[in-house]
Amino acid sequence: MSAANAAGWRPTMGDTTPQGENFTTKSGDYGLMLEEPLSFEIGGREKCGVDLDDPQGAPVAGLPLRKAAPDLPGLTEPETVRHYTRLSRQNYAIDLGPFPLGSCTMKHNPRLNEKVSRLPGFADVHPLQPQSSVQGALGVINELAHWLIALTGMHGVAMTPKAGAHGELCGLLCIKAAIEARGEQRGVILVPESAHGTNPATAAFAGFKVESIPANAAGRVDLEALKARLGPDIAGIMITNPNTCGLFEPDMKAISDAVHAIGGYVYCDGANFNAIVGKVRPGDLGIDAMHINLHKTFSTPHGGGGPGSGPVVLSEALSPYGPLPFTAKTADGVIHLVEEENAQAFDHSQGFGRMSAFHGQMGMFTRALTYILSHGADGLQQVAEDAVLNANYVLRSLEDVLQAPFAESGPCMHEALFSDRGFADGFSTQDVAKGLIDEGFHPMTVYFPLVVHGAMLVEPTETESKSGLDRFIASLRSLAERAKAGDRSLHSAPHFAPRRRLDETLAARKPILVWKGEPGPAGLPSPSEIGDR
Amino acid sequence: MRYLPLTADDRAAMLGIIGATSVDDLFVDVPAEARLSGPIVGLPLHANELAVERHMTRLASQNLSAGSAPFFLGAGAYRHHIPASVDHLIQRGEFLTAYTPYQPEIAQGTLQVLFEFQTQVARLLGTDIANASMYDGSTACWEAILMAGRITRKSRAVLSGGLHPHYAQVVKTMARFTGDTIDARLPELSAEADDAAVIAAIDADTSCVVVQYPDILGRIPDLAAIAAAAQAKGALLIAVVTEPVALGLIEAPGNLGADIVVGEGQSLGVGLQFGGPYLGLFGCREKFVRQMPGRLCGQTVDAEGKRGFVLTLSTREQHIRREKATSNICTNSGLCALAFSIHMTLLGGEGLARLAKVNHARAQAMVARLAKVPGVSCLNTTYFNEVTLLLPQDAREVVRVLADRGVLGGVSLGRLYPGVEGLANGLLVTATETVTDEDIETFATELAGVLA
Amino acid sequence: MTRYFTKDHEWIEVDGDTGTVGITDYAQGQLGDITFVELPAEGASVGKGDAVSVVDSVKAASDVYSPVSGTVDQANAALADEPELVNSDAEKGGWLFRLTLTDPAELDGLMDEAAYKAFVEAL
Repeated sequence: MSAANAAGWRPTMGDTTPQGENFTTKSGDYGLMLEEPLSFEIGGREKCGVDLDDPQGAPVAGLPLRKAAPDLPGLTEPETVRHYTRLSRQNYAIDLGPFPLGSCTMKHNPRLNEKVSRLPGFADVHPLQPQSSVQGALGVINELAHWLIALTGMHGVAMTPKAGAHGELCGLLCIKAAIEARGEQRGVILVPESAHGTNPATAAFAGFKVESIPANAAGRVDLEALKARLGPDIAGIMITNPNTCGLFEPDMKAISDAVHAIGGYVYCDGANFNAIVGKVRPGDLGIDAMHINLHKTFSTPHGGGGPGSGPVVLSEALSPYGPLPFTAKTADGVIHLVEEENAQAFDHSQGFGRMSAFHGQMGMFTRALTYILSHGADGLQQVAEDAVLNANYVLRSLEDVLQAPFAESGPCMHEALFSDRGFADGFSTQDVAKGLIDEGFHPMTVYFPLVVHGAMLVEPTETESKSGLDRFIASLRSLAERAKAGDRSLHSAPHFAPRRRLDETLAARKPILVWKGEPGPAGLPSPSEIGDR
Repeated sequence: MRYLPLTADDRAAMLGIIGATSVDDLFVDVPAEARLSGPIVGLPLHANELAVERHMTRLASQNLSAGSAPFFLGAGAYRHHIPASVDHLIQRGEFLTAYTPYQPEIAQGTLQVLFEFQTQVARLLGTDIANASMYDGSTACWEAILMAGRITRKSRAVLSGGLHPHYAQVVKTMARFTGDTIDARLPELSAEADDAAVIAAIDADTSCVVVQYPDILGRIPDLAAIAAAAQAKGALLIAVVTEPVALGLIEAPGNLGADIVVGEGQSLGVGLQFGGPYLGLFGCREKFVRQMPGRLCGQTVDAEGKRGFVLTLSTREQHIRREKATSNICTNSGLCALAFSIHMTLLGGEGLARLAKVNHARAQAMVARLAKVPGVSCLNTTYFNEVTLLLPQDAREVVRVLADRGVLGGVSLGRLYPGVEGLANGLLVTATETVTDEDIETFATELAGVLA
Repeated sequence: MTRYFTKDHEWIEVDGDTGTVGITDYAQGQLGDITFVELPAEGASVGKGDAVSVVDSVKAASDVYSPVSGTVDQANAALADEPELVNSDAEKGGWLFRLTLTDPAELDGLMDEAAYKAFVEAL
């Protein structure tokens, strides 16, 4: 404010002063809405948050010594803690409220899982220690493997894939190896048009040709169209069940039988296993391979985008081709790591090889096993039931204001799907999503699946309370009504987030991927203006 | 159940609004014959926090943790002291329990961290740019080979014998399915890295040469010479760094001519964790940006002109490009990248240089003492914090006996290269800042005892 | 000079045995802000219907198919720095590449301007 405020005017967010200027503060911060420069802008070469000796001896001769230390400013501990804490407050998180991203499954992350994963016996062991010194760690892998096999009704499990897409690749490489072992050439993988984009990507990566199969009016795989395409060139099908429309494929067993009848295999994308865990076993539906996103179904934290973990359960037909290493317990109670050298001794000489260094995402295994043991077989069933109940509650509470394309065909599974049909001209899903941010919620998944116009995919998960859902439903209802009425203020939402809509076109046309020392764009206070904090 | 907020009354009220009589009505699409009527038989039922913690603690106690014994393992996973503030900060719920930043207006915390991470990694590796991380070093290595194939339109990769054998196995596994040709070799027990053999293997069809720096035996290859030889034949040099702390002491691969530099970032902030989750580092020349795999965060402005960050160039990624995506990697290793970045920020470049000097000095002390053990010699003339010892007998058995005596005494080459006759007596030993003089003395004494 | 159109929304302007190829104004409008254009290598031989170029927007990457067979003579270098030319001037300055036609008879299967207009209106 440039002029005195004698009238005692009181600002509100985004307000203009009596003089007609935008209200700003000197610091650029607004109460608890805090700006934070880059660490490079506040750090210094002379600053360090770690006390270290400075050894005086000469290094061994012949090293290509660095001419200068890496050009990276440091920060002391108090400055570091403040930098990252201030940044953290610019994030939405499941700890703050519902995170209804369909197909991403953002549920509560129990803190016992974090505590257990940090026990020195898990966090501070080296992957190549002698196996006698890591029997407990191998025991975690073995016990989790046992649960995954039992919950899915499958024959074996590959534990090493590092995330869902890596698991998909693992499953397809098993299929490829099995086909090669039969001395056959089958080059085509069928993928329903509603599939996650990762499915066709993975199939192509594994060297298969991808063909799409259509959905029927009820949002399911068109069984007749599938059968018509089956033949000796088909290696298998990749199918998501429950599918990306949030629907269970009732013909799953018939699909599997048809694919098996022509000598193909069935890969199931298990991203949505959380909807059916304890209610049905994929092995009973004829599935040959399915990855399980531990970070989804078994609630290991997403951490702003990974790490994930994607073990793949395998049928009896595909188990011999699974990757190394894995664990095996012998009659003497010893747990062995089966690697290249002892694969034959453990009757696994046809495995397709190694997908990554070491033995998999151990830190995710300890968390997932802790979660599974906490719930038990009964609790996991309740997880699926509550997840499906919550999703159907959202579906039926909003279907009068938001078009729900498949609501007529029956209940949904763990996620409710809506479209943007009925919005006023010029209003789209994006406006509702950004409006939800102003309401204090993370938006749902938008524009996916592609088979629905302006798709909004809401996955509440089982860890939302009824009162929490009621608040979310009330907000989404009001936004739907505003989009139908053509409330133009939605176009500029969000208004109350740390940033307004960001220019993604600029970012992609002229990529700036590392800091090169340029000052920020006009409007951002420089560190010196912000002053010493 | 402590994680499930719905009460019995809630469930009944919600079923009423849905118009269902029981929750089973919601599962009608699951064929009745496949639907389970009760909990799966033979599996335990739910357990309280105390009981679960007790069970898991018992499993944890069956492991000999690195901090409870003299510890000298490396071979692609290194034990460094992690400042307490790192773990505190990554456990802030706003970082720990956020998703991939698809709604940038409410994910600036994660996005700014990724931008800072990319900058730190690029400066550390000596590359123009870096991505927001990959699964781990081994998968980053394979992705780099694929990328080199896209750039050069050639498909033969030459692997140095100094490349971590797990990395080489991952490459060979994947190449079997993509049809790439892999020219790999085993390491030889010589003081010099196999630069000459690698250079001799480069031909006109070679897309890339993959060289680990320092290599699996702890030696330091001459990257500048290999880069020049590769580039003369139209091939790229991919440098692989499994111990990034080394780059506080020795020159960054990008500054020596490497076109792509990948690495394992576990050393900083992440911890051992029995092998995962780890952190794939990936940097390259700016002109290759559109061929680069993995997520990227970029700077932009918001509608009010304020600086902000978004995920960008996502059209390379598989959720959009589907069968034409540049890589199989979808998730990155966000939380590990955060831990790495915080640790790096605490250190700063000068701190990293000092930490590297401490590591090297510890390794020098270890080498001096262990070489005095009768029958033991050190292969390396150059090294950072890891060397190869030559023992008078099969090192694998020695490591097992040492573990029984409470010393975690390195990684035998027999474990890494089972069945390779000439390597069986080799033992990889590492000393970081966590190793004390007392640890070294205990190790030397016990080693002498085992060999006697 | 004659201009032809494809059902995949490419245009080709033919002058003798040389053709200049781009995407139509309708196509750029559907794609939104173009952020990057991947162009074919000069000297490459391309077949009719081959995916020879990729046009990126923020959320999508769209293949551009060659309307005819030929040899690429030149790619539009201006697009490297200014991909937005495809938005602002799709059917002129935002051209993608020039080629020498190997089979001019392939042009017979393409639409003229009026037919393309009707085709777009029916979408």
